Amino acid sequence: MTLNRRDFLKISGAGAAVALAGCATRPSTSARARVVVVGAGFGGATCAKYLRKWGPDIEVTLIEPNDKFVSCPFSNWVLGGLRSMDDITHGYDRLPGHGIRMVRDSVVAIDPDKRMVTTRGGASIGYDRLVLAPGIEILTDTVKGFKEAEAAGKVVHAWKAGAQTALLRRQLEAMPDGGTFVMSVPAAPYRCPPGPYERACMVAHYFKQAKPKSKIILLDGNADIASKKALFTWAWNSFYPGMIDYRPNNAPLAVDGGKMIVTTEFDDVKGDVLNVVPRQRAGEVCDLAGARNDSNKAWCVVNLATFESTTVPNVHIIGDSVLSNLPKSGHMATNHAKVCAAAIVELLAGRQPDPLPVVTNTCYSATSDTTAGYVANVYRFEAGKGYVSAPEGGATAKGDESNFVFAESWSKNIWAEVLS
Amino acid sequence: MHKKTILMLGGFIGLAFSGITGAADMHTEVIASTCMSCHGPGGKSQGKIPSLTGLHKDHFVKVMTEFKAGTRASSVMKRLANGYTEAEIEAMGDYFASLK
Repeated sequence: MTLNRRDFLKISGAGAAVALAGCATRPSTSARARVVVVGAGFGGATCAKYLRKWGPDIEVTLIEPNDKFVSCPFSNWVLGGLRSMDDITHGYDRLPGHGIRMVRDSVVAIDPDKRMVTTRGGASIGYDRLVLAPGIEILTDTVKGFKEAEAAGKVVHAWKAGAQTALLRRQLEAMPDGGTFVMSVPAAPYRCPPGPYERACMVAHYFKQAKPKSKIILLDGNADIASKKALFTWAWNSFYPGMIDYRPNNAPLAVDGGKMIVTTEFDDVKGDVLNVVPRQRAGEVCDLAGARNDSNKAWCVVNLATFESTTVPNVHIIGDSVLSNLPKSGHMATNHAKVCAAAIVELLAGRQPDPLPVVTNTCYSATSDTTAGYVANVYRFEAGKGYVSAPEGGATAKGDESNFVFAESWSKNIWAEVLS
Repeated sequence: MHKKTILMLGGFIGLAFSGITGAADMHTEVIASTCMSCHGPGGKSQGKIPSLTGLHKDHFVKVMTEFKAGTRASSVMKRLANGYTEAEIEAMGDYFASLK
């Protein structure tokens, strides 16, 4: 019998649902249940912490290749000169204090049948439940010439905070006054919906201070500003009039790091600093588990009350890799992590998880060096509907100084929540 | 019917729906923990966002109810408070009051 892909998904998805409802997933036969978490970003580190908090008998292993946590939230502030790389870089040294076993390595294979993860260093780590929190993979092939320009250090995305953030800041510092910064925004869905527009504010702030004759061209793959439209429109008109040339429906097709040109369907756009953010999909490890299971094999479809894959039993996916109506934000990833950790604790104990979880998202964007705005929502899980945004949720239409101070407090608190 | 009775009934309905006692407790654990992404681990905040640790329950419930009604000035909290039921706000009040 040959099944087409859609039918296969239906059948295997139904199988997973039955297994969950009946709690057929056996608890570990070993003395302690084992949960392996892959990725120590906002989602993964938080999940590991809360698994230990709510399931103190669970053996939790957290696998992460990087030795430091570099925060994407506030990385735009580095580009604007409001923060340094040191300010957004934090250690993992406090996580072992929660009884989390930290493994600094990359995952190269996942066997969902044997429930085994293999690392590049050659370790084989078994699990009862696996949590994948890899963030995004940037689809560098979708913009012709990007890979070469990136390898040459000419053009970066800087959409994963780290070395590329620092390089982009240096490129902006080296740009002459009167130069042009060209940034492309990927078509949704992508990590951090307001991020590109906050970045435009932060770069504009820097130009206004240091090189006021300079321009910004924002090439948006979307038909309109994809998040906090009123806030960013207000900020661009109030603080940076005439500086930002916003062009909707302008997805980049190619980039030339030698001639410094971004090509769209309509135009060749020349710049002095190019920041191309290609489209994205779920992180690579999701593919290793066979969990990129939407129709495009790009994102992970999960049971949103437990974050377990609809097709790969005992594998949970949290954070930006998940396909849902929830925004792909660091804050949201911490709350996926909590719902997922609670569900795993209940499942391992043979109980049914909370069928109607509630999550929040609160996300600040800086509009200048003294003002910020926010979006804040509560999402309640409703049977048959998924997460539904509660009434009164939404974004501010303007930024202000009070919210800038709240944003600073938010950053300290969320970093502490994830890492300490 | 007294308010407390309504809340208790609400709690029983929640339990009946989930089928077990554990999930109701975990529901409060999870919604209270989501507050900590802004208010800091254990509800202990650094900076302008207020701490939640050890708040008196009556005060917590009063403030959240005022945020919901829009009678207390707030930044994000009107938008967030409206997402929770009265029973959840009561349960979170108990939870934060118990934290040290």
